[in-house]
Amino acid sequence: MSELWEGIAQAFWLVVTLDADLVEITLRSLRVTLTALVVASVIALPLAAILAVRRFRLRRATIAVLNALMGLPPVVVGLVVYVMLSRAGPFGVFGLLFTPTAMIIAQVIIIVPLIASIAHQSLRELWSDYHDLLISLHTSQTQRIKTLLWDGRRALLTAALAGFGRAIGEVGAIMVVGGNIDHHTRVLTTAIALETGKGEFALALGLGFVLIGLAVAVNLCIHWLGQTERTGRW
Amino acid sequence: MTLLPLIAKGATVRRRGKALIGPVDLQLDGQGITIVIGPNGAGKTSLLKMLHGIVRLNGGSVTWNCSVAEAQERQAFVFQQPVMMRRSVVDNVAYPLRLIGVPRGDARARALDWVTRIGLEAAADRSANVLSGGERQKLALARALIRKPEVLFLDEPCASLDGRATREIETLLTDAVAAGTRLVMSTHNLGQASRLATEIILVARGQIQEHQSAGDFFAGPNTDEGRAFLRGDIIE
Repeated sequence: MSELWEGIAQAFWLVVTLDADLVEITLRSLRVTLTALVVASVIALPLAAILAVRRFRLRRATIAVLNALMGLPPVVVGLVVYVMLSRAGPFGVFGLLFTPTAMIIAQVIIIVPLIASIAHQSLRELWSDYHDLLISLHTSQTQRIKTLLWDGRRALLTAALAGFGRAIGEVGAIMVVGGNIDHHTRVLTTAIALETGKGEFALALGLGFVLIGLAVAVNLCIHWLGQTERTGRW
Repeated sequence: MTLLPLIAKGATVRRRGKALIGPVDLQLDGQGITIVIGPNGAGKTSLLKMLHGIVRLNGGSVTWNCSVAEAQERQAFVFQQPVMMRRSVVDNVAYPLRLIGVPRGDARARALDWVTRIGLEAAADRSANVLSGGERQKLALARALIRKPEVLFLDEPCASLDGRATREIETLLTDAVAAGTRLVMSTHNLGQASRLATEIILVARGQIQEHQSAGDFFAGPNTDEGRAFLRGDIIE
């Protein structure tokens, strides 16, 4: 129990003194996760809209696969990305292994199915509401997809936040492909794993509280920016 | 070139092997309001959707006096349960204009004009989902009329509305007819049919039983179904 209080005190102290290492790994965590989130959203949201609007032969199978991939084990993703990016792998020539870019790639692979599945659930309901109207207005597929993405933006924000939550807390895959290299690929989660391994529980807890605070702050910020709790006005 | 006449020849829509409507042989032209009447499940909605082209034909044809693409651009449909998009009132009305590439500012100005005409200017920037049933139907009507369609299909637009809202909708409809829009509208309300109709189509059991001028229909229908409907008897 005393370690918990020490952790809280250490987290407070690290934040108040703006510890240089903490600031560095926090900013790196944010940069990696937010970049992965943007890339994943650019892929997942249109995919979700296409799955809601278009009818094609493998549509049901695609949705089932996406749902199944929500539970993708991060360590396995890390391993596959490692193999692909290692010197002997097909993308080894780019020299991306043990870089923040490799960490972003792994996070994108992990959160695309999650964002796409949650977004698809929302857009499918929206499409059932809009179907008759958009058909009667003789809209093109592109117009339908754009309309769903715009009108469903608040629900899509929730999907993106779920992806952010998964990515910011991810440790297995980014440890494998990033290597937890100091001043290069170390982020909050891998630093916590490292400090725990060294027996520095108070510091690990301190970093953990900073991570929780960061996740909550970003969520609140996005909620506020997206005005998701306002009703009556658009 | 005008959109009409609309000609249906043996047009049929089936679902799971059962004919919802048809075969229908019908010609619509001229001006005014065609009212489609008939009991529940008779096929009124299916007839309107079939003529509008939003359900696939299983037989026969529906043709306009122009290409299909052009016909689609020059007609509109108002549903019994109006679809409110998750947008403001004015953005709902502007939506059909944005689809055809009207710049945002122009579309908003024209939509605001319509919002004012339907008496919703105070709610212009509020969510359309907070509107009452009558306001929703007026919004749906404004959204349908903003592109000045030559033909407007309406599926029981005044169902479950009170007298005042019904009167407002009817005023908008007669204004639209005066502006040159041809209306094809279904209703259960014989009083409304007698107030608005220039011609009547009676539908029962998925078939058109009668199609004649409103004056002739109300003076004396040609069929047993028509006479029974006017008497208020239950027909199936």
